[in-house]
Amino acid sequence: MLDDAGWQAIALTARLAATTTVVLLLVGTPLAWWLARTRSWLKGPVGALVALPLVLPPVVLGFYLLVLMGPNGPVGHVTQSLGWGLLPFSFAGLVVGSVFYSLPFVVQPLQDAFEAIGERPLEVAATLRASPLDTFLTVVLPLAKPAYLTAAVMGFAHTVGEFGIVLMMGGNIPGKTRVISVQIYDHVEALEYTQAHWLAGGLLVFSFTVLLALYTLRPTSRRRRRGA
Amino acid sequence: MSSIDAAFCQGWTGFSLDVDLTLPGRGVTAIFGSSGSGKTTLLRCMAGLERARSGRLVVNGEVWQDDAASIFMPVYRRPLGLVFQDASLFAHLDVRRNLDYGLRRVPASQRRVSLDQAISLLGLEKLMQRQSSTLSGGERQRVAIARALATSPRLLLMDEPLASLDLQRKADVLPYLERLHQELDIPILYVSHAPDEVARLADHLVLLEAGRVTAAGPTRELMTRLDLPLAHGDAAAAVIEATVTQLEPAWCLSHLSFPGGQISLPSQLLQTGQRVRLRVQARDVSLTLQPQDGSSVLNVFAATVTALSDDSPGQVMVSLDAGGSTLLARITQKSAAALQLQPGSAVYAQVKGVAVLG
Repeated sequence: MLDDAGWQAIALTARLAATTTVVLLLVGTPLAWWLARTRSWLKGPVGALVALPLVLPPVVLGFYLLVLMGPNGPVGHVTQSLGWGLLPFSFAGLVVGSVFYSLPFVVQPLQDAFEAIGERPLEVAATLRASPLDTFLTVVLPLAKPAYLTAAVMGFAHTVGEFGIVLMMGGNIPGKTRVISVQIYDHVEALEYTQAHWLAGGLLVFSFTVLLALYTLRPTSRRRRRGA
Repeated sequence: MSSIDAAFCQGWTGFSLDVDLTLPGRGVTAIFGSSGSGKTTLLRCMAGLERARSGRLVVNGEVWQDDAASIFMPVYRRPLGLVFQDASLFAHLDVRRNLDYGLRRVPASQRRVSLDQAISLLGLEKLMQRQSSTLSGGERQRVAIARALATSPRLLLMDEPLASLDLQRKADVLPYLERLHQELDIPILYVSHAPDEVARLADHLVLLEAGRVTAAGPTRELMTRLDLPLAHGDAAAAVIEATVTQLEPAWCLSHLSFPGGQISLPSQLLQTGQRVRLRVQARDVSLTLQPQDGSSVLNVFAATVTALSDDSPGQVMVSLDAGGSTLLARITQKSAAALQLQPGSAVYAQVKGVAVLG
């Protein structure tokens, strides 16, 4: 059965994934909007940067974030001078790392949806007296709803499964940075296979259920859109 | 005060727009030209969707744009309605909510067209609960027009609203457009490349070619000016206004009078006293030097030739003055030579067909 440490890891992971997802939706929306609309030459480089975590080992990402946010890194200097202390080995640091790690899983579906909506509905809304913000809230958001569902679910699920970044910049502090994947690693190292099974099996079932829900929900929304 | 001043100058790669127009602030003005002539671009500039390098737009005394004075009203602040070629209804809203969208964003004090009025003008009573995806092309376009009207626009822009419809749907929607013209006092700019729509709807006409205005003026004048392309080819026609004077039910005929004389046409839908526009196609008009006896043609008018111009090979377009109304006749070059037609010749115009435009 799951012990207290296991439950603690699950609670921490859920909190991390939820926080990360909220931040991702807030950061990813303007970023995806810009990527979908801009004609700037920066579109390519920024798009590639956003997609990096898809191919880069999380350990590499974690390493650079650790260097940047550490006591001698530029970001570390800023956070220290602001009186926030250092981000590595804290929950906030994990959130920052996870946001970078899961960024493409949120930005790409949103960008696709914004591109699919096109200019016309925005122009129509403008001729019907809707300001750009009003248009975004009353036309773009409703039309992009399926993409937001996908983005939120993927962002959450992907964050739940992270390991490399956490290990590099979060360490292994119970209740603070010891998430499920790290806990499983600890159990295996200590040859506690039963506990490892409970957590690993739990993650497997969770991930499958989430993806199943996503793939069974998505065709209906697509059918609805095709009809419209 | 009642006028629209529009001046736009902008160059894009391979195309430039350079217009300076003063249009009447009431009635329907058609912007007519072939595809690529800049009609849609001009309309988009007026709406503020396209930002010309230098532009000035004053609608009935209100400055919407004046780049010389750094005035540019964003689209959503311009009290205009725009109907796109494809209806572009919001897919996530049903018909009622599509109509509500613009209406809700107009302060009550500025509303001059009520939702009910827009609904009944476009005949949408039975469609209100429908999803936009279940509507036919014509229905969608009617909803789009009503949606634009519901914002009580001070200028209604229409970008070929019938172009995406087949002939039958076109015929379904046209009467609604005519009603707008008759019942609302909103100036309409109507982009089109279809001469028949222009003849039916427009009071005023702007001819556009390669981003330049080639002519602007009352539709009736421009359609019969032999130096302009509208007055040539198979579709060339004159539009005249006439008043119904008498009905003759025994023969299913209506008699109308216009400055050039009396016209009789088979129609039982007209009422005495009604003013209608009639279209007389140039190919339906033949010319004689003497009035003919024993002819089946009812409508014969004495007229004077004002100008002749070569049309398609072997054909001549003749413009005629019939008591102040201009008519066009397309005849063969051989006939023109045989009748020795020249400006000033007195002729009789025999009209074989007249269409009521509403």
